[in-house]
Amino acid sequence: MIAPNTPGKVITVKIKRQDRPDAAPYWQTFEIPYRPNMNVTALLRDIAGVPVTSEGHKTSPPVYDAACLEEVCGSCTMRINGAVRQACSALVDPILEKAPGPITIEPMTKFPVVRDLIVDRSRMFENLKRIKGWIPVDGYYNLGKGPKIDVNAQDITYPLSRCMTCGCCLEACPQFTKDNSFMGAQVFNMVRYFNLHPTGKIDADARLEAVMGDGGITDCGNAQNCVKVCPKEIPLVDSIGAIGRAATVHSVKKFFNK
Amino acid sequence: MAEKRVIVVGGGLAGLAATMKLAEDQVAVDLFSLVPVKRSHSVCAQGGINACNEVARQQGYSEWEHFEETILGGDFLANQPPVLEMTRTAPSVIDLLDRLGVPFNRTAEGERSLRLFGGSLYKRTFYAGATTGQQLLYALDEQVRRWEVEGRVTKYEFWDFLAPVLDESGRCVGIIAQDLRSMQIRSFRADAVIMASGGNGLIFGQSTMSVICTGSAAARCYAAGARLGNPELVQVHPTAIPGEDKCRLMSESARGEGGRIWVPKKKGDPRPANDIPEDQRDYFLERLYPKYKNIVPRDIATREIFYVCEQGYGVGNGQMVYLDLTHKTTGIPYAELKKKLGGILEIYEKFVGVDPLLEPMKIYPAIHYAMGGLWVDFVKDAKSGGMERGHPRNQMTNIPGLYAAGEADYQYHGANRLGANSLLSCIFTGLFMGPCVKNYLAATKGSAADVPQALYQAQTTRQEEVQAKLLAAEGDQNPYLLHKELGKTMSDNVTIIRVNKRMQETLALIDDLKGRYQTRLGMPDKSMWSNQTLGFARSVWDMLLLAEAITKGAMAREESRGAHFKIPDELADRHDMSLDARGLPRDDVNWLKTTVVTYENGAAKLAYEPVDISLVVPRARSYGKQADKKPEAAAGTTVKV
Repeated sequence: MIAPNTPGKVITVKIKRQDRPDAAPYWQTFEIPYRPNMNVTALLRDIAGVPVTSEGHKTSPPVYDAACLEEVCGSCTMRINGAVRQACSALVDPILEKAPGPITIEPMTKFPVVRDLIVDRSRMFENLKRIKGWIPVDGYYNLGKGPKIDVNAQDITYPLSRCMTCGCCLEACPQFTKDNSFMGAQVFNMVRYFNLHPTGKIDADARLEAVMGDGGITDCGNAQNCVKVCPKEIPLVDSIGAIGRAATVHSVKKFFNK
Repeated sequence: MAEKRVIVVGGGLAGLAATMKLAEDQVAVDLFSLVPVKRSHSVCAQGGINACNEVARQQGYSEWEHFEETILGGDFLANQPPVLEMTRTAPSVIDLLDRLGVPFNRTAEGERSLRLFGGSLYKRTFYAGATTGQQLLYALDEQVRRWEVEGRVTKYEFWDFLAPVLDESGRCVGIIAQDLRSMQIRSFRADAVIMASGGNGLIFGQSTMSVICTGSAAARCYAAGARLGNPELVQVHPTAIPGEDKCRLMSESARGEGGRIWVPKKKGDPRPANDIPEDQRDYFLERLYPKYKNIVPRDIATREIFYVCEQGYGVGNGQMVYLDLTHKTTGIPYAELKKKLGGILEIYEKFVGVDPLLEPMKIYPAIHYAMGGLWVDFVKDAKSGGMERGHPRNQMTNIPGLYAAGEADYQYHGANRLGANSLLSCIFTGLFMGPCVKNYLAATKGSAADVPQALYQAQTTRQEEVQAKLLAAEGDQNPYLLHKELGKTMSDNVTIIRVNKRMQETLALIDDLKGRYQTRLGMPDKSMWSNQTLGFARSVWDMLLLAEAITKGAMAREESRGAHFKIPDELADRHDMSLDARGLPRDDVNWLKTTVVTYENGAAKLAYEPVDISLVVPRARSYGKQADKKPEAAAGTTVKV
């Protein structure tokens, strides 16, 4: 057991590795000299500097996605001690305080592994195409200001727009699996975001249609895990509710307009 | 003739703006990025984006004032016509972003809110909370996704740019790139290539930048013959959370919204910040700059913070000062600041574990932005004083057909960038260069599609050979550790104050690191699948090349200007003198010129060219600094511990 906040100690890290998408996973253990205020990306970087397992075997540095290191780009999302989160904001001291002992690091399980801790999250971006995730402006010539936006409306939309496509909500969702087509909270939230915009509204029906088919909003089991793990505290359950209601209204309208 | 195509390298604000503008103008674009473009470093920008606006205008502000501030902020090192063009275009850039759905903060009436930012006495900064860069990036990312769906843009995410391909005449006709998953190296044809590959903060080890900001893509153009402009001009941001993996930015907007910088008047005062009474605090920026107070330009705030810490007034005698947003100090209600600054407050809370609205933040300067970068051209419009719109030479490097934009270029910020001007320069250049590149395509005879395949094959083979050598390396030097050494020496010697004898040591170490890299590198990963170590090892070499250019440029520039502050060797340790007295003055007679660096025979070669100062005459830059009387000694006051 490692007492937290004790310099001169080592931190034991267990990493689930996988050489290729079709290879079998395996575990490796590393021991890293403790320093105060470390985060999990710092642990991974330290391992890359001296890529030797705790048994003394030379190995390749475990690979992982990372960019901003301040929890705003979404890159370094992984499972740390079983919980999905960004490795950069996963501070080692509080982790050890909560669970002394080895820190386990695994790739997300709902996306195909590329290698080690890197997973393929392109499904999230593809879904943004399906829902026409943009404001359909006429073009980029100077046509003056955009529409006035109610300050209260901005209060609602700004938090929705902070989604960094990290995938935590999908990793935690019991409905979302590698093999099905469920879209999940990330997409439903973005539909709500674009549909609230005065210009974005033009495509509101098309967006609703996109989330009403296979893998759409009706498949949501209302487990509400998504909102608990969202690092940006986006009100995902509200978004799912809002889009669910809008979809119902839309299908009723469609029925009567037949 | 085959359709002409453009390659954009980098999917931050500049790259995305260029891509969408070209796509709108019917040009097919191939967009390359190390990461999904939505994760580009622009996402880290916090405070806002500058433009003249109606409120400021009615208070006496104008696009010209914005231009003047930018030029003065940059200590007159920027060529003036491009800057004027940028500030003139700024209001329409904001309007466009507004139409694209950026959730700018709003006033009660539904107008876009404004805040104060460094180097200006007018509110001229538009913002979306304290995550403005993220919001702008997302809006542009969405537009590019739209063009992707329409088939006009093809994205190559998780691809690394390895080199430009030049034909016999020296014209850029494509690139060599590597798929970071399959590790396949291949060539791509293009009739023009835009480098929008961002900054290079990783050269300094810890910076506010994302770990992908190695400057490699720009360095690879430099190695292929592209010039660098003013590489030695590197911004150190005054307020960041110090960290060993990265320094997390605490936006200038914290001060724009009323945050105050201070240190205890008593050296090493052991009391918690909140227990130190008002009269025992030294709000040194307010004392020294009564007009601009806490929002003096960044280079100045950084040096003042450095100086008070050097003099022993830093928090706990260390290298830290307080950035105070508490209600007690600012008089601003908790909820208001939470709404305007939420994004950065969260970062502080998550990484430090303290609510910065209840307890003053502890911050210190950190490497933040490269004013220098790839040298690019501009064509002045005699009538407007700005740039000639649509001219193919605007934003073009010295290599025909190779363009640069955003932080990767050197054009807009002189010797010091003003806060909230970078989001503007990135989006402005991206949009502005669209027609310039399109006109270049129209004016160029032939097409890259007709260039013999042998040219591309030869370049691909060359890159494969470099890679084979790296993969086979069995030495004792780990690329990550080589980088750590480079970062440390650059951070120690080439940042806030610059002393030639120390930079000479850095230069010697860079040479040593180059030698070790070439002869003793070890490659701990031999895999041909998602081999990150290989990619990083490549970029270490690039960083060494740029570090050399930065250091040589800084050694040569025998003056102080903007972020570049030179102290003569003999005064290096004279802590009894003020920084102003130690530093060399600005020297317009000898040094009002652009450093132009070319890579020749394996080394950086320096030359100079004049700065276009045709619009405003350089003047002294003091921001009304008062004589620095030492803060009155707090020795007489009773300090309760």
